[in-house]
Amino acid sequence: MTTAPTTDRTALVRAIATQHLADRGPLLPVLHEVMDELGHIARDDIETIADALNVSVAEVHGVVSFYQDFRTVPAAPHTVALCRGEACQSVGAEALHDGTRARAATLGTGVEVTEIFCLGNCALGPSGTVDGRLHGRLSPERLDALTEEWR
Amino acid sequence: MTAPTGRVFVPGDAAAVSVGADEVAAAFEAAGAQVVRNGSRGLLWLEPLVELETEAGRVGYPNLTPDDVALVLAGHATSLGVVDELPWLTSQRRVSFARVGVVDPTSIADYEAHGGWAGLRRALSLTPAEVVQEVTESGLRGRGGAGFPAGIKWKTVLETASDLKFVACNFDEGDSGTFADRMLAEGDPFTLVEGMAIAAHAVGASEGYVYIRSEYPHAVAALRRAVDTAYTHGFLGADVLGSGLTFDLHVRVGAGAYICGEESSMLESLEGRRGEVRAKPPIPAIKGLWGRPTAVNNLLTLCAVPMILADGGSAYAELGTGRSRGTQVFQLAGNVKQGGIVELPFGVSLRELVEEYGGGTLTGRPVRAAQVGGPLGAYVPESGFDVPMDYEALAESGAMLGHGGIVLFDETVDMARMARFAMEFCSIESCGKCTPCRVGSTRGVETIDRIIAGHDVAANLVLLDDLCETMTKGSLCAMGGLTPMPVQSAVRHFPEDFAPQGTEQSGAPV
Repeated sequence: MTTAPTTDRTALVRAIATQHLADRGPLLPVLHEVMDELGHIARDDIETIADALNVSVAEVHGVVSFYQDFRTVPAAPHTVALCRGEACQSVGAEALHDGTRARAATLGTGVEVTEIFCLGNCALGPSGTVDGRLHGRLSPERLDALTEEWR
Repeated sequence: MTAPTGRVFVPGDAAAVSVGADEVAAAFEAAGAQVVRNGSRGLLWLEPLVELETEAGRVGYPNLTPDDVALVLAGHATSLGVVDELPWLTSQRRVSFARVGVVDPTSIADYEAHGGWAGLRRALSLTPAEVVQEVTESGLRGRGGAGFPAGIKWKTVLETASDLKFVACNFDEGDSGTFADRMLAEGDPFTLVEGMAIAAHAVGASEGYVYIRSEYPHAVAALRRAVDTAYTHGFLGADVLGSGLTFDLHVRVGAGAYICGEESSMLESLEGRRGEVRAKPPIPAIKGLWGRPTAVNNLLTLCAVPMILADGGSAYAELGTGRSRGTQVFQLAGNVKQGGIVELPFGVSLRELVEEYGGGTLTGRPVRAAQVGGPLGAYVPESGFDVPMDYEALAESGAMLGHGGIVLFDETVDMARMARFAMEFCSIESCGKCTPCRVGSTRGVETIDRIIAGHDVAANLVLLDDLCETMTKGSLCAMGGLTPMPVQSAVRHFPEDFAPQGTEQSGAPV
């Protein structure tokens, strides 16, 4: 993953925040856009956003740390998120989740396996996402097939 | 291979996509077919369920893979017959889901051809008070779970004076086992736009916000596209349809916090803050978004409104039972053979839904329990499945309808583990504002762990009951207040799972 030089990054983050200044409650849209553009929200980004939106650093930090989606460090090259909701548990999601975490390294290098609660695919579980793409009826074999290119 | 003469419908619904619909659509397109990405009909176990337009009607081909496409086009694949004639569908009463799977969700012309905008047009010819009256007469109650009468909520917003009012759609459908909001938004997104425009006119709002969870990217895309199209065609913005109504609709995305489905947390989140629950009063209808009167409704509630305005409130009220009027969109999920959307008038029994529509479990083992109404809903044992599905009957039996999700479990389920998970989920997703929820959930996990380990089971069950009572009575919102419901229903109906072998008994809890 390439990281933009700090000054460029700061300018980009400021531009994103400034674009949303006229919106009501702009903070979440701004944070989402920074995530989309840069993959994570760094400490410096928080200060830039706070300054651009004229709110305190503590307020932005508090929001970033509250929500699961907002990362403060870059994501792994590949991600698998497995649902642990009740509907998926009823068809074996706990074993799939625990098993996949334990063997994350066998799926490829730099694979992050996380838990997620409900993808709205509750009749076709166990569900999960592989590099952000939704899949149903997951099994260890299906995960192996979906991650083949990673190895 | 010959291209079909009629259109080919390949669902673009996230559930269909999760089992390969995109690849199937690409294969049909490569073969020269005119592909429409419709919503899902809700027979999810058949997805990808492809429909070919013929003179007899739309003929369905279930569970297709790209390899099957040539066979289908050559006329050699086995079909289900005309999808509209499948008993699983014809026995339902589709009101909210009437267009889902049928129309092209990207086509505003298709929407109008299937009855769209009739409700808004009629609403705009009525005064706001008349629209509110119509909704009140329909008996429509909040579909998010609380079941509060929508007309009364709207009346409060209408009668609260303010220079600025809002309508907000709670589309943070985070309950496991529920996906009706998602499927409706993906398969028929203009209905929500229409419902919110009617709501805006009824309560005197000029701005609307849809709060969608980030786990639903397909729905976000579908709604954003529908909102843009509605603006282009004059259904949103200044002077809607020449009526003088100004209504701007914004689509906002959550960020992975279950608690933001609680309405006051959702308002905090929309305002750009941590999704922490607000104390009530004041209620959002009086002081909601940015301190202004705000009508906050679930997506299914708002999507019932266009039909109510088009056909009249009394037509809707004719359906249902007791004080639960209209239809409910049930969602069959979990370990179920035939999972999906079943829309029926209130009053159908849980057994009919599970056995007739669901066809039992996916694994083929006997059903042991159903969790009704999401992670905060009760576990109902098989012996209790004759309960009618309406707000009051379920409440009387110690359960709740919630958002209409039904999650099935077969005989292998360990109910002590499920009770523990309810507490664990609460401890992960608690906003942390009130102590009973924040601390109680963690203590709950620890207590159930001791029960599972066989330590002082009887005493720890008493302690657990006491803790549940504290959470129920002392929590600020339904998250902490209802987490005891799955826990206590599991203990009550499945005591054998909480009495492990070799239990050692001493006095006080450890």
